[in-house]
Amino acid sequence: MREAASSILILAVTMNFLALGSSNLKACIRAAALQGFFVSVFPLFFQPEPTARLLGLVIVAGVVKTFVIPGMLMRALREVHIRNEMEPYLGLVPSVLLLAVGTGGAALFADRLPLMPAHRDLLVVPVALATLFAGFLLLTTRRKAISQVTGYLILENGIFVFAQLLHEAMPTLVEVGVLLDLVVGIFVMGIVMNHIQREFGSLDTERLSELRD
Amino acid sequence: MLLLGLILVPLFAALVAAVTPSARVRPLIVAGTGLLHLAGALAVRSGDAVFGGWFAADPLGHLILLVVSLLFTLCALYGVGYLRVRKERPNLVFCVCLLTFLSMTTAITLAQHLAVVWVAVEGATLSTAVLIYFNQNARSLEAAWKYLMIGSVGIALALLGSLFVAYAALHGASGDESLLFAALLEHGTGLSRPWLRAGFVLLVVGYGTKMGLAPMHTWKPDAYGEAPGIIGALLAGGMTNCAFLALLRVYRVMQAAGEGAFARELFLGFGLVSMAVAAAFMAGQRDFKRMLAYSSVEHMGILVIGVGVGGIALVGALLHVVNNALTKVVLFLSAGNIHRAYGSKSIDKVSGALRRVPVSGALFLAGFLAITGSPPFGPFISEFTILSGAMSGRHFVVAALFLLFLVVIFIGMGATVLAVVQGPVSPAGETTDFRDTFWRVAPMLAALSMVLVMGIWIPGAVYDLILAAAKMLEGAS
Repeated sequence: MREAASSILILAVTMNFLALGSSNLKACIRAAALQGFFVSVFPLFFQPEPTARLLGLVIVAGVVKTFVIPGMLMRALREVHIRNEMEPYLGLVPSVLLLAVGTGGAALFADRLPLMPAHRDLLVVPVALATLFAGFLLLTTRRKAISQVTGYLILENGIFVFAQLLHEAMPTLVEVGVLLDLVVGIFVMGIVMNHIQREFGSLDTERLSELRD
Repeated sequence: MLLLGLILVPLFAALVAAVTPSARVRPLIVAGTGLLHLAGALAVRSGDAVFGGWFAADPLGHLILLVVSLLFTLCALYGVGYLRVRKERPNLVFCVCLLTFLSMTTAITLAQHLAVVWVAVEGATLSTAVLIYFNQNARSLEAAWKYLMIGSVGIALALLGSLFVAYAALHGASGDESLLFAALLEHGTGLSRPWLRAGFVLLVVGYGTKMGLAPMHTWKPDAYGEAPGIIGALLAGGMTNCAFLALLRVYRVMQAAGEGAFARELFLGFGLVSMAVAAAFMAGQRDFKRMLAYSSVEHMGILVIGVGVGGIALVGALLHVVNNALTKVVLFLSAGNIHRAYGSKSIDKVSGALRRVPVSGALFLAGFLAITGSPPFGPFISEFTILSGAMSGRHFVVAALFLLFLVVIFIGMGATVLAVVQGPVSPAGETTDFRDTFWRVAPMLAALSMVLVMGIWIPGAVYDLILAAAKMLEGAS
């Protein structure tokens, strides 16, 4: 079980590189969706005895992260007929290199944080931090609103991985609240994206540059 | 029950507003809910608790609750007149989000659970993103998008920080997994230090983004510049103070764990950088609403400096929470009126506001004098208290920089404000028929008189509450 849990996490980290390295928006969203699937099923391998509550979490998170949000982004992509290219501020190769450095840094930093015996020999903390960093990179170095939202989704995946260490300490209501907030957050982003498209006829956030000092 | 009511009644009112067909009635629902909420907030006694201690009114939370409630009520009363002027814009979503915002900020002030605070802050963020987009034009769209993206990253970091703090408790504790602040405080030095420190840094960055501390402040000028003045006031006096409260709650945990000194240094650093950035960008600012945003960055810096200095400066910081919020009502609402009267918020097109809208112009000027710490207004007392705290705590460099930034900001802000209020009325002002009316200025007059009272004679009950709240933050050191 432990090995399977670790393999799943490694798959999740691989998706970071795929999302950041692809020149194609659809591939990026697919990588995020696949990562969503991996992080959602991870608790099943991580917790020795899954409870009904854990199963509920896995199903809800899995559906939201793998299908609902990526589906929404794909639909937005189809509807606005934008070119299926990333148009990054920072080139693909430099951003992948930066991610590699960041992933290494995450591993080094995670090493300094003491873990409980039950959580050792698992890659949870480095994977969570590396995924957070990947999401942040995607969010800051891409021009299209859709890729920024995808970055946010990946960032949230990283936090979700870490949150599994605390599953038992979190009251159900709080876990539901956190998930709900994320869904509503992305939903609001979707609405604003829709307005950006109508106002500017494009989802290029480069055009959002009128306000400055 | 009262506490739950304070959270749920605005939410219920939001539902009622959502099904109310009349655009004239909806603002009245908002104002009525505000008054009811204020009455309830005044009736709360420190120590009330519900829902297994998840929500409770301690002096610290009660103080911020009262500030938020008062601020909201003043803004809601102004909103009745404002939304009547803005008939061309549908106000359904606006009113629903205002009430949701009130419910969420109330929940922040009362929440005693690490993760519940986060859920409420996120809820408040999402409702304000919609409020910023009220004007539905390209510029407000850009502001809302930036607010949403920067705010979401901040809030995500705050979530990770909360989880780190929770792990610090799990790692150090003896099987007790509660994330109530009371339980975390009880663990004290038993918390795992590396996790706690890392979590605190993430929380300062995360909730600091919501407060608008530099260098995470970049959403602020855009949001405050493009949102209606009423939203600027609610953000600058409500949302930011709630994020500050969230930080203070974690700061108490840091203190209990013996990490208070680390936290205070971090606060001092962010505070001084915020004041420096505000001073730099305030000078030569031609857009007077963006100028107010930098003023807000400055005052958030002042708040964390007060906590960073500690001692008597804590009292100063909490006094400043009240003074800053009330003064921001005066500044943002009067700036909004001047904006309406001229159809512009650039000093290239706005001058002579004292002649064009005499009451709003005078209030804008008075608000400027108050916020920059001129006697006899309240901020003078609170800023002076922080300064004397810094001196008596032997933080001489901090005190010197604090004074320097205050002077630079006074000059920079003064130049813009005087350009707005003085001189002949610019032609842009002649074309609109906007006038000062009772409801457009009364809430500001009320706020300004309270700021004045706070500067001359602080009411005993308010002072006692502030002292009790400061005592909570004093800790061992």
